[in-house]
Amino acid sequence: MTQVIVNGLYLGAQYALIALGLTLIFALMNVLNFAHGQMYVLGGFVTYTVYGQLKLPFGVALLASGVTLAVVGAVFERFLFRTVIRRSLREESTMLLAAATATLLDAVILLLFGEKQRGVPKIVNGVLNTDWLIMPYDKIFVGVLAILGIAAFMAFMQFSKPGRAMRALAQDRVAAQLMGVEVDRYTMIGFAMGAMLAGVVGGLLVAATGVNSGIGGPISIKAFTMVMIGGAGVVGGAIVGGFILGMMESVGLSVLHAYGDATYLVIFVALMIFLSIRPNGLMGKPWG
Amino acid sequence: MVSKRSVLRAAALGAVSVLAVMVAGVLPASAANKELKIGFVGVTSGPAAAWGTSNVRSMQTLAAWFNEKGGVKIGEDTYDIKIVTFDDQKDPKRAVAGMEKMAQEGIHYVVGPNVDDGAAAVRPVAESKGIIYFPYAFPKELYVKPASNAVLGMVANYQSAPAIYKYLKETKGVKTVAFVAANESDPLSQRDGGVVAAKSLGLQVVADTDTYQNDTRDFTPVLTPIVKLKPDLLVLSGVAPANAPLLIRAARELGYQGLISAETSQDAKVLEEGAGDLANGFISVGGASTPEIRSKAMEEFMARYTKMFGEYNDESNTKVYALEYIVDTLKADPKAISDVEEFKKAIDTFTAPNPYLKGESKLHYVGTTSFGQKRQLSVPMVVTEYRDGKFVTLFVADVD
Repeated sequence: MTQVIVNGLYLGAQYALIALGLTLIFALMNVLNFAHGQMYVLGGFVTYTVYGQLKLPFGVALLASGVTLAVVGAVFERFLFRTVIRRSLREESTMLLAAATATLLDAVILLLFGEKQRGVPKIVNGVLNTDWLIMPYDKIFVGVLAILGIAAFMAFMQFSKPGRAMRALAQDRVAAQLMGVEVDRYTMIGFAMGAMLAGVVGGLLVAATGVNSGIGGPISIKAFTMVMIGGAGVVGGAIVGGFILGMMESVGLSVLHAYGDATYLVIFVALMIFLSIRPNGLMGKPWG
Repeated sequence: MVSKRSVLRAAALGAVSVLAVMVAGVLPASAANKELKIGFVGVTSGPAAAWGTSNVRSMQTLAAWFNEKGGVKIGEDTYDIKIVTFDDQKDPKRAVAGMEKMAQEGIHYVVGPNVDDGAAAVRPVAESKGIIYFPYAFPKELYVKPASNAVLGMVANYQSAPAIYKYLKETKGVKTVAFVAANESDPLSQRDGGVVAAKSLGLQVVADTDTYQNDTRDFTPVLTPIVKLKPDLLVLSGVAPANAPLLIRAARELGYQGLISAETSQDAKVLEEGAGDLANGFISVGGASTPEIRSKAMEEFMARYTKMFGEYNDESNTKVYALEYIVDTLKADPKAISDVEEFKKAIDTFTAPNPYLKGESKLHYVGTTSFGQKRQLSVPMVVTEYRDGKFVTLFVADVD
């Protein structure tokens, strides 16, 4: 059972980190970023290129992934989402735009990096092998980094000036503007940060699970699931949602493995029932 | 002084000259050869993109090679081959739309689709519009009468699995087997076929219900219960190339020490990057061309593919064959170029040298044992073992 719980915690840490960027963008702009999974994939490929191909240190590769995606996010916000949000009277326009950016990134990634699954050398070799737990050291390393990343993000949002500004924007955009918050600037920073988080986690996980050009869509769907469990636009909710989904997968795959793919059936039926009872998720409305 | 009129005249003359040179350069080739369109309908995006992409690129490489040599002579005419592609995104509805597109373009020969439900979905269109198609999908009803327009492009798992399990039982002492498959129609049907084959050989099947979502990234939770059973052989039924290294790595890291096999073709580079040394000993079914058996022509094909697309894909060892078979069969019966009924007649007697293998190997259609009629390309069933970044041949067999 220990193995199952640790598997769940490891998956949960991964998932939570993936969901953070998505929920940040939703909180700030009310935009469901369908391209989140594709941003994760792009981050993975940047790390693959810098660490796996150019043989630079893993930390440099992660930095490159983060910076690349921050730039992509900032450009998307400045030249696409900001324009559409200003001009469109309907919220669905941003959803269509987000779907279009996902398709665009899918195509670009496939063209640039090809169709093959890619992987990089392990960042830490060896396996922790005890009577009650088997866990490769690289997964432990990735899990710890994921938890540190989550903590750093929470601290940034709580204590830094941009973090406070973004939280204010998420609570009440008009009030924040009246209080002197530069809405455009912090929205762009927020979108860039959300994209950067996707890129960094994509880069981090390429060492454990590799990356391929087709997984963006499924990653986005999992991220949406976590965000809906926790409450859209709530950072704490995304983290809780990630850990709940990770634990449900791990326990379900262990307990229900004799019944084929019943695990995901159970998860999604449970999610439907849960949402009908708590449509705003566990933590309800955005910050505040 | 240069007048505006003289400038315009000079520009016009220049434009006409450039146009004349371009036309002179282009016309001889296009005027000499007719164009033969061959279609592809399959998956070239999403998690299974590797399957269809290796198909398309094999076709494009071979077509470019044919065209570079002056085209292919079929009957009295010489044709340049043009590959028309359609990405069905592994969606049966899109596969049908793709096959309709091929029919609208007057195409009679289509490679694909890559998966069971897509191949089944396009059957009515292919049969009503006079298209012969070459799926990489295993359902027997596609190839058994009254069906007659589909020709299986590779070795099916119900043909390779018995041979692999028998080999492993006799040479490695395998007694217990566990199966794990993605929760999709192809892998599940391949798993069921594998279970039947294993049981008929007297092997004990210790797990045959474990499945995973195709987009799973961490397989540790999926494999934890299976590894506890300590099977002698773990079969990754219908595993996609993207998932194989992740499954192998997770199983080995959980301490699994038995054999691992798959009945789908894989790519050595993907295994090397994704699982490294942990993939050593992994058994799968390749196509024609491990170094021991491939001809110089195959080596040139691989070099051309690599030059065109930057990196070779080992799945193309199998996928090089479809276009070769189409062209050679049309050469054998030129009337088939616009009449698929002629093609069906030619299938029964067709034979030609196999350019991709050393020795006296022949291209011919097979499938009589499995389907009651010749509706399968004869490609060598090369069972390979992955070892330090390369596939090593374990044994070679033929279908039928």
